[in-house]
Amino acid sequence: MKLIFEKSVKGHKMSVLPACDVPETLLPEALKRAEKPALPELSEVEISRHYTQLNKRVHGVNSGFYPLGSCTMKYNPRIDEEMAALPGFANIHPLASAADAEGCLEVLETAGKYLCEISGMDDMSFQPAAGAHGEFTGVLLIKQYHDARGDAKRTKIIVPDSAHGTNPATAAMCGYEVVNVASNDRGGVDPDALKAVLGDDTAGLMLTNPNTVGLFDPNILKITDMVHEAGGLCYYDGANLNAVMGIVRPGDMGFDCVHMNLHKTFATPHGGGGPGAGAVGCKKHLSPYMPKSALRDGGEHVQVRSFLGNFLVVVRALTYIMTLGREGIPEAASGAVLNANYLMEKIRGTFAPAFDHVCMHEFVLDLSEFKKETGVSALDVAKTLIDRGIHPPTMYFPLIVHEALMLEPTETESRDTLDEAAEIFRELYQMGYDDPQTMHEAPHCAQIGRPDEVQAARNPRLRWNR
Amino acid sequence: MGSYLPSTKEEREQMLNAIGMKDWRDLYADVPDGMILDRQLDIPSGLSELEVRDAVTAMAAKNTQYQYILRGAGAYDHYIPSIVKYIPAKEEFLTAYTPYQAEMSQGILQSIFEYQTMICELTGMDVSNASVYDGATAAAEAAAMCRDRKRQVTLMSAAANPETINVVRSYCYAAGAEFRLVPAKDGRTDVEALKELLGPDTAGFYMQQPNFYGLFEDAEALGREVHAAGAQFIMGCNPIALGIMKTPAECGADIAVGEGQPLGMPLGFGGPYLGFMAASSKMMRRLPGRIVGETVDSRGERAFVLTLQAREQHIRREKAGSNICSNEALCALTAGLYLSVMGPDGLEQAAVQSMSKAHYLAEGLCALPGVDMVCSGEFFDEFLVTMPRAEEVLSALKAEGILGGLPVEGGMLWCVTEKVPKAVLDKTVSIVKEVLA
Repeated sequence: MKLIFEKSVKGHKMSVLPACDVPETLLPEALKRAEKPALPELSEVEISRHYTQLNKRVHGVNSGFYPLGSCTMKYNPRIDEEMAALPGFANIHPLASAADAEGCLEVLETAGKYLCEISGMDDMSFQPAAGAHGEFTGVLLIKQYHDARGDAKRTKIIVPDSAHGTNPATAAMCGYEVVNVASNDRGGVDPDALKAVLGDDTAGLMLTNPNTVGLFDPNILKITDMVHEAGGLCYYDGANLNAVMGIVRPGDMGFDCVHMNLHKTFATPHGGGGPGAGAVGCKKHLSPYMPKSALRDGGEHVQVRSFLGNFLVVVRALTYIMTLGREGIPEAASGAVLNANYLMEKIRGTFAPAFDHVCMHEFVLDLSEFKKETGVSALDVAKTLIDRGIHPPTMYFPLIVHEALMLEPTETESRDTLDEAAEIFRELYQMGYDDPQTMHEAPHCAQIGRPDEVQAARNPRLRWNR
Repeated sequence: MGSYLPSTKEEREQMLNAIGMKDWRDLYADVPDGMILDRQLDIPSGLSELEVRDAVTAMAAKNTQYQYILRGAGAYDHYIPSIVKYIPAKEEFLTAYTPYQAEMSQGILQSIFEYQTMICELTGMDVSNASVYDGATAAAEAAAMCRDRKRQVTLMSAAANPETINVVRSYCYAAGAEFRLVPAKDGRTDVEALKELLGPDTAGFYMQQPNFYGLFEDAEALGREVHAAGAQFIMGCNPIALGIMKTPAECGADIAVGEGQPLGMPLGFGGPYLGFMAASSKMMRRLPGRIVGETVDSRGERAFVLTLQAREQHIRREKAGSNICSNEALCALTAGLYLSVMGPDGLEQAAVQSMSKAHYLAEGLCALPGVDMVCSGEFFDEFLVTMPRAEEVLSALKAEGILGGLPVEGGMLWCVTEKVPKAVLDKTVSIVKEVLA
């Protein structure tokens, strides 16, 4: 379809603003830009149709099954949107006085209290705007803690080799040397391997539990104890919290601080890549180091974003938590775990699970045998799923599994949806043997055929030119 | 209690049986004994939609809403055209994930490509990324882009927004990189002080245009000094002002960033906002975050994809320049939509009217006893004046539904946008006059 610039016609416009009702003050020539920006010129109906066309070329959770592993694509309730759009929230200035913003502060306080209870933490900050940003904030807590104690020799953060890429990238952003520790045969931390890398230079450990292969690490207490004994702190990456919320708490697993992805676990929409919110919780000993706002709070504190974070995302998450309540939170978690195990069982006998074990909220398929036999790769299967109206699972992650497809159905899906999806997976498995060529060339009925990503990177065209 | 589960208890029991289990606890057999919470969460019982609507609406009602807002300092109350509120609420835009699968995500990818083009047009820069969290984190990421092994020091103008300063300082602390403030003189960056602080270890210098006090800096002069020292020049810009003011490219900037909230996002007590980031092509591969590029598909048709991913954390892990993953895609879509609605003339109007109205208010206020401009010089839509009895002024304005300026060190920082009619500005002056009388 055409770009909005290609639809622009000189002189088309909307009438938005009235004429200026005060004497015009003009910018001195020396401060003026040479020419106006070449923004598109369109009437309202043209704009509306352009974006409606674009919207038809997007697959959302509302469009259909979206088993994108580690992304927790659950349904985003409409009431949460409506609450976030209330003028009483949307029109409040971030530097409104505490008296004027009483309701906003109540939202933050209430959401903070509930999330502390869910995570087993003592204190909560909503300043981080996304999961990776929460990781950054969490590791910054660890850094400040060691610095405040004058413990300068702690220069290393331990990260399992199965971790999300954001973990090592975060540790590096915080000036730490990253020590990768090999996973055991269940994708978990091998206590012996951990022991070998722990020392008085250990600042901390970053860990996801359930881990990135979808299994709960039964050694978790031992692991966090070992890190603490070495003088390090433990950071919980809450990417997979949906499996255990209301059932097991990171605080009870021995973690000192956590981040939670409100846009995953607490059902706020992902918006095609944000805005999210990465609330960070910590135990009391890290509270003094929590980020604050320079203009709202004053004083000397670290700060990771302006003001108090993505507030309207917190309104959505709070609405969700209040809706589910103490009964619904654990029920959603066990529903997600049940759905994942059910789907894994229904696919059994075709694509092989990488870890044949009761899983948590997600599981990983290992297609390396399948590829050896048919020549069809995980990518081919993913692209063929698009023709069936299913958003592909996460591909080629975690890195410790080759030809990986990671499926996370979430509690959102009904048994019928899972049965239908399993049937499609079984069909694609057979297709690999019968008609691999069609799979190599998939998708066939999508918005586009496979894009040439090599050319995109080699010869970057990052903007439209006349 | 409320629930979004699409199944009955009986169905779930049947599903459990299908996987050979009897009780939901069997699903958690790997969890060590004693770690499963042996009590209910200490949060209230779940609510129906009607109850939760009442409860959350009651919280919103505790806030004071102002009909007119004369406060900025990093968040600006510009008019949001109706269509700009509706389109981003479309469910597919709203509920999609990051566009990893280009064949199912052309709508999101194209919207970002269009946004990137508009940011390049606004700033005059060569390339834009798909956005970061907000203006302050954009500044911090830009500072990181400039650092290399030899050049580790970030310099920043003290006339920038204190929120931005604090965020950049914190990111530098995290990275173990030195951070130094360049003092301000009469509300503007002190060029002489900058010259003294610049050195062979300077990675980059950040300045804000217009600055925290609303004043225009001599950006070109500052940029010349920075480049003479071999460092990179970062400009943080107000995107509405960019409708009329000299672009960062025209001022010689290597990286342009800014807070994109004025482009169609509500104040929202601070977020979600939008950090825009653009750079000269020589810095392209150092940009953090998602970038959308144009290519062709297997049929030779135009297609859009996430590109230059070799920069990013999921490929480079600890060697990535930034850990950013999710950005603010829906806000970028909103900004692109806002800029399309306003067009080149509408954006110019928003800028000219905001500036004109701010000057009108400044003139009115400065005619009052005890109220004077703190700094001289050209300003955009914000200005700092001395303000006796600040608290009383704010409460008197509040009684009329007007949010007054922000009390800061040295006075009160006012901001006027195109939303505020002349009559309200006149009323504001007369209310302040009464308080000061």
